[in-house]
Parts: sequence; C-alpha cells; structure tokens
Amino acid sequence: MEIRPILSALMRSKVSMILIGLQVALTLAIVCNALFIIGQRLDLMNRPSGMNEADTFLFGSSGFGQGYDARAVMKSDLALLRQIPGIVDAAPANSVPMSGGGWSSGISLQPRQKTSTADSTFYMVDDHGLNTFGVKLIAGRNFTPAEIEDHDQGARVQPPVIIVTKALADKLFPNGDALGKQVYLDEDEPRSTIIGIVEKTQEPWTDSADIEHATFIPYFLPYGNYTRYLVRTEPGRRDEIMKTVEQKMAEANPSRIIGKLRSMEQVRHEAYANDRAMAIILGAVILALLAVTALGIVGMASFWVAQRTRQIGTRRALGATRFDILRYFQTENFIITTMGLVVGGILSYALSLWLMQQYQSPRLPWYYVPIGFLCLWALGQVAVLGPALRASRVPPAVATRNV
Amino acid sequence: MFAYYLQLGLRSLRRNPILTALMVAGIALGIAASMTTLTVLHLMGSNPIPWKSDKLHYVQLDNWSGDQPYYDDGRPPDQVTYQDAVALMKAGKADKQAAMFKLSLPVQPENKDLKPFQALGRVTYSDFFAMFEPRFRYGAPWNHDQDEGHARVVVLGNDINEKLFGGQDSTGRSVRLNGIDYTIVGVLDKWNLRSRYYDLTNGAFADPDEFFMPFTTAIDLKQRSTGNNSCWKSSGDGWDAYLASDCVWMQMWVQLDSPARLAEYKSFLDSYVNEQKKLGRFPRPLNNRLLDVTEWMKDQKVVSRDMEVQTGLAFAFLVVCLVNTIGLLLAKFTRKSGEIGLRRALGASRRDVFTQFLVESGVVGLTGGVLGLMLTGLGLLAVRALYSEYKTVASLDWAMVATTIVLAVVSALLAGLYPTWRACRVQPAAQLKV
Repeated sequence: MEIRPILSALMRSKVSMILIGLQVALTLAIVCNALFIIGQRLDLMNRPSGMNEADTFLFGSSGFGQGYDARAVMKSDLALLRQIPGIVDAAPANSVPMSGGGWSSGISLQPRQKTSTADSTFYMVDDHGLNTFGVKLIAGRNFTPAEIEDHDQGARVQPPVIIVTKALADKLFPNGDALGKQVYLDEDEPRSTIIGIVEKTQEPWTDSADIEHATFIPYFLPYGNYTRYLVRTEPGRRDEIMKTVEQKMAEANPSRIIGKLRSMEQVRHEAYANDRAMAIILGAVILALLAVTALGIVGMASFWVAQRTRQIGTRRALGATRFDILRYFQTENFIITTMGLVVGGILSYALSLWLMQQYQSPRLPWYYVPIGFLCLWALGQVAVLGPALRASRVPPAVATRNV
Repeated sequence: MFAYYLQLGLRSLRRNPILTALMVAGIALGIAASMTTLTVLHLMGSNPIPWKSDKLHYVQLDNWSGDQPYYDDGRPPDQVTYQDAVALMKAGKADKQAAMFKLSLPVQPENKDLKPFQALGRVTYSDFFAMFEPRFRYGAPWNHDQDEGHARVVVLGNDINEKLFGGQDSTGRSVRLNGIDYTIVGVLDKWNLRSRYYDLTNGAFADPDEFFMPFTTAIDLKQRSTGNNSCWKSSGDGWDAYLASDCVWMQMWVQLDSPARLAEYKSFLDSYVNEQKKLGRFPRPLNNRLLDVTEWMKDQKVVSRDMEVQTGLAFAFLVVCLVNTIGLLLAKFTRKSGEIGLRRALGASRRDVFTQFLVESGVVGLTGGVLGLMLTGLGLLAVRALYSEYKTVASLDWAMVATTIVLAVVSALLAGLYPTWRACRVQPAAQLKV
C-alpha cells in the first residue's frame, strides 16, 4: 500500500488533518463515557423488584372528619376488595418498592448495639401481604391471621415474628441459618423471630446502597386516617379492575378521598424517570455527535477531492485504477482516524478519571475504548466512501485540461 | 463597507449551499445542546431571593447519636426536632424566625359540586411571610397574637382559591380541612418559585404549597408532618413522647439582618446546645450550622449531578461542532484563494480581506444561532417531557435568548479566526498565475 505518498500529501494539509483527528478524538472520548453512563442507568432500571409488577396496583385512602374510624374502614375495605372477582389478593401496605418513601430502620443482633448490623425497610402488611406483593417465600412460613397486631402511632416496633429477604438474612447471619433466629428491631427486648425468608424484595428507594434489605412486619397501622392498599389481579385484568375498584371504594365510604390509583408499572416508570431521561439525553448527544463528525469527514473529504481533481486525473492517466483512487482516500481517512483515535483513547480514560473524582462514578471498563475504535473506524470509512467514489470517477482526461 | 461584506458573505454562502448547511447545522446543534442544558442548570441553581439570600439562614443543630453521625461525612441533620424548634422560636433571638413542616390535609369544599380532595400545605409561623416575601392577592398573613393564640386561621395559595372560590376575595370566609373550619385571613398571588428552597428536604421541585396554617394550631391538633421524619432512637409511645423525642422533622429558618447579628446568633446557638448538653442531650461535638440560601441549596445539591454531567458533555459537543466548523471554513476559504488573490491585486488590504471573511463567519454564526435558538426551544420541551418536575426550570428567558445568539456568533467568529487569518495571507501573485 502506498502509505508514503498519502502521508506526504497529508503533511501539506496538516491543519485540516489535525482538525479531523481532534474531532474524532473528542467524539471517541465523549461517546465511550456517555455510553458507559447509559449502560449503568439501564442496569439500574433493569433490576427486578421481586414483586409481581405486571398485575399489581396501589392506592391511598384518606378519611376525614372526627367520626372516621380508620380501623373499621380498613377491615371493610379489605373484605370488599378481596371479594371483587378478578382480584387475586389485596393487602394494606405502608409502602412498596420504588415508591420513594417508606420506613427504614436498623436491625441489631445485640441489645443496645452501638451501630446496627443492617439497615432495612419495613413493610407493614397482614397475612395477605406476601401473596399480594407476589414475592416468593423460599424458606419458613407466612404470617397467620392471629399474628397480625394493631400498631399505635409512635409505639415501638417489636413484632414477635418477621419475614425478611434473603439478602437481609444473609447480611444478618452470613452462615445462612437465619430462619428461626431472633433479632432486635428496637434497642431492647422483646426480640423478633425470623419465621420466613423471601427470595427478593426491593426497598422503596432506588438509590439505596442495600436495595434488597426488606422486612415484612405483621402490623395494621390504623392511624392518621391514611391507608395504602396494594391489590393484585389476575393476569391481564389490571386496568379493568382498577376502574372497578376506584368506583367501589368511593361508593363504600363518602367521607374519604381515594388517591390516584397507580399500577406498579407506573411506579417503576416514575421511579426511574431521571435515569431514563439521562439515558435518552446522552443517547441523543451521542447520535448528534456521530452525525456531526461523519458530516465533518464528508465535508473535508469532498474538499480534498475537489482540490486534488487534477492530481487524481494525472494518477489515472499514469495508470492508476479507479480502485487505487478509492483505496487512496480510504487509507488516508484510516490514517487520520487512527491518529485521532489514539489521542481519543487517552482522552476517554482521562475523562473517566475526572468523572470518577468529581462524581464518584465507576471506572470506564477497558473494552469500551477498543469497541469505540472499531465503531469510529467504520464511521470514518462510511463517511469517506461518497467523496472517495466521486474521486474514483474523475476521468484521466481532467489532467490534460487547463482549469 | 460592512453592508458590502455582508452581501459578499451571503452570496458566498449561497454558492456552496451544502457546505453552508453543514456549518450552520453543526453550530445550531452544538448551540442547542449546550444552551438547553445550560438553561436548566442556570435556572436550577439560580438564586430565588437575590435581594436577601445572605440574610436568610437555615438552622442545623447536631442532636444525632453519639455513635453515628447523621451523614457519613459528619454534616449535621437536615432538619430539627420539635423541642429545639419551639425553644428557638420562644427565645426569638433572630430578627425574624419561622419553624415549619409539610402537612397534607383533606379539603372538604362547601360547594357540593366539588369532591373532597387532598391538599399539600405548610405549617409555620407568621414571620414566614415577611421572610420569604410571597405577594398577597387578598388579605394579609396572620399575626403574632394568632401564633400565640393557636388561632384556626389559614392563608390559601392562589390555585386552591381559584378552585374553591373562583378566584374571589375569600378572606373572612372559612374552609374546612379534615373536619375543622379555618378562617381565611389571606390569599397569595401566584408564587412562581423555581425551587421550593425553604424546604429542600422534601423535594426542591415539588408543587407549590396550597395552604399555610399556624404552627401552634397544627401541634394542638396533633398533626404529624407528611414530610421526612428521621429518628436515631425510638421516640417512645404517644404524641407527647414524640414531641419530646430527638426525631427531626421540621425546618427552621432565621433572618439575620447584618453580619454582627449572624455572629450573635451563632454564639446564641452554641450556648443553647451547651445548655442542652448539660441536660444529657446532644451527645455529639458542637456542630451547628447557619447556611444562607445559596449555601444551603449547594449543600442539598439542588443542581443535580446528572444536569452537571449533561452540561459538560453538551459543551464538549459544542467544541466538536466548532472544530468541525473550523475545518469546513478552512476548506471553503482555501478554495477561494483565487478570489482573494484578485481582490488583493485590485487593492484590498489584508485588513479588508480579514474583515470580509470574518463577516462571513459571523453570518454563519448568526444563522446557526437563530436555528440553534429554535432547537433549544425544542430541547427544553424535551427536557420538560423527560423530567416532569423540572417545569419551572426548563424555560427560556430573555437573558438566555441573548446568551444563545451571542454564544453562537462568538463561537463562529472564533472558529472563523484561523481560516480567515490563513485566507488573508494569500499572496496575490501566486493566485493570479494560471
């Protein structure tokens, strides 16, 4: 391959070459880091909550007025919900995964422990809780109706029995023998016995460090006039049943407000709205960047082709084939792109380092840069193809023409 | 002369429509990306009350556990306890002071056509209105006596007054919240806060408060906050135990009109906490803070990291677009060497050529800027669609429009500088030979 003449031609338009190279370098650095951020966000968004999200929805009920008996309303609401055809189960739930608000507390193995062994969210549910959440019990048993207690506002949280997630069980008892063990949810006695372990449930906070630390507590919270219900329907009937429930709940008791009914899918959608927005915006920047870089290469290559029409004609007249001319421009582009990519590779890691320092983001995995190399080489070749083909069609006769 | 260069520039740009379109599109895209993100960043972080932001201070006291700081980096809790808020209110050592918390209550409209609905409001002291200066449409705030007297009064927000009373002057009338009637003493005008900076613990971009009621009244009625509540040990059973606990659930702001007053208040807080230490509270070392509005917004990261990263990347993208424009302008001007040579031979000075080509770059920038402005509008629409809570910070104002155009023209001129300099070094003789 005739590299030397290409290089010497390039040396005559150093500035243009540097400009294209610089553009390629910056593009590589931005695209690699932006893609990495997008990947991280997608990973976050794809974490399973452990729940049946497709068939569940939730809503709040807030009563008003002095005569409102939250406890009685709660009992009758649940009875009403559970007999609606198409509803698999319903339960009171103070919070659900991804909702952004809930109860969190430390769990200890010793009384008055200085720092707790693990932090966990508390889901206050009744014996229908696990079935409504749709979580899988992998050891032990569910709560019995007799175990559900009324909890007074502000009172200590010391249930005799609890159910925890596997992640929390393993954190508390790394030997894997959590079932039947006792832990402190408060500072002192009485302790709570772990009677069941569920496979997976998330905390309500999507940015939580220990997102799978959840504890189910057999409590009714009949205070504050506010109750949240979680409902699970038969597959495919959620939307239809949401309408029925909204109507029946409003009819059942006029002295309360039924909040907006939200499906778990909606809860997930809203919980990750910022991550999704970030991914979409970065994706748009990447596309625009690649387009601008490709168009820049097209523009510059077209200019070079126009500038060198006479030389191309001469080369053709001296026996170079069309393919030679095509290959000349492709090689030239390859050389410029490669130089840009080498600089861009260093820039990518530098940018990643800066993001690590500034925002505690993780290190860019090594393979992003080589993949970026391949993509930008391909982009360069595609962009240069048009002008290069045009060059290859320059007839040899041009060389003999004057101006 | 300028008009002539402008004409020349336009003609030259028309001659290579594709190249021109590429340059304009590049600049427009780069400008739109950077201006969209910059607008959001600028409005998110903008000072909501510039005339007195250095006088309003957020009180933080470190009443957290001796074993564990509230934040790992040692910063004190975001909120204060009921007992400390009330003690500071009673002491009244600041020029103005207001403890507050968020409360959601059912509203039962008199008008039976309206269904009862839930409204989010704020429980606070009368000084709140003098400190944060919302404009009143009707009536006025409640007064200190009503604070003392646990009065059942309320100030309504503009929207809820529209909904309940059709925007009429409702002062003197009453509104029923959770089964209790409150007399309306005032109605606010529309209060367009970009960020609800007085309560950052419960979401900087949350919807505006719909009602305000006296702190003492809400405590009488045993209303717990609907907002964030954190405890480091069990609060004990019952309402009185909760009030006496070390759970933090209120925000406390003070207005201090001079640096001297600020220093006085600081030492007052220190002595208050030292007194409390004698009673066995505040096990941690002295760690009081009195950040002002802008410091508190920075501390609470009102400007999200995502927005900063996006803005950084958008500006990097603008740099790529400019590099692209430099390359294309260079290509264009080099092709015009013949024309330049001719003009120079006919007596144009280097300066003339320089001006001519710079004007041409400026035209590219201006066109790119105008197009970029339209794209910025679209970009902001997209931001609003993607981030539902950023309605208040994703809109263009005149300052941003001007910045966009200036940024575009300056960028294009900068990009044009090198190609123009190259163009005016053309030797007339070399170009005129055939």
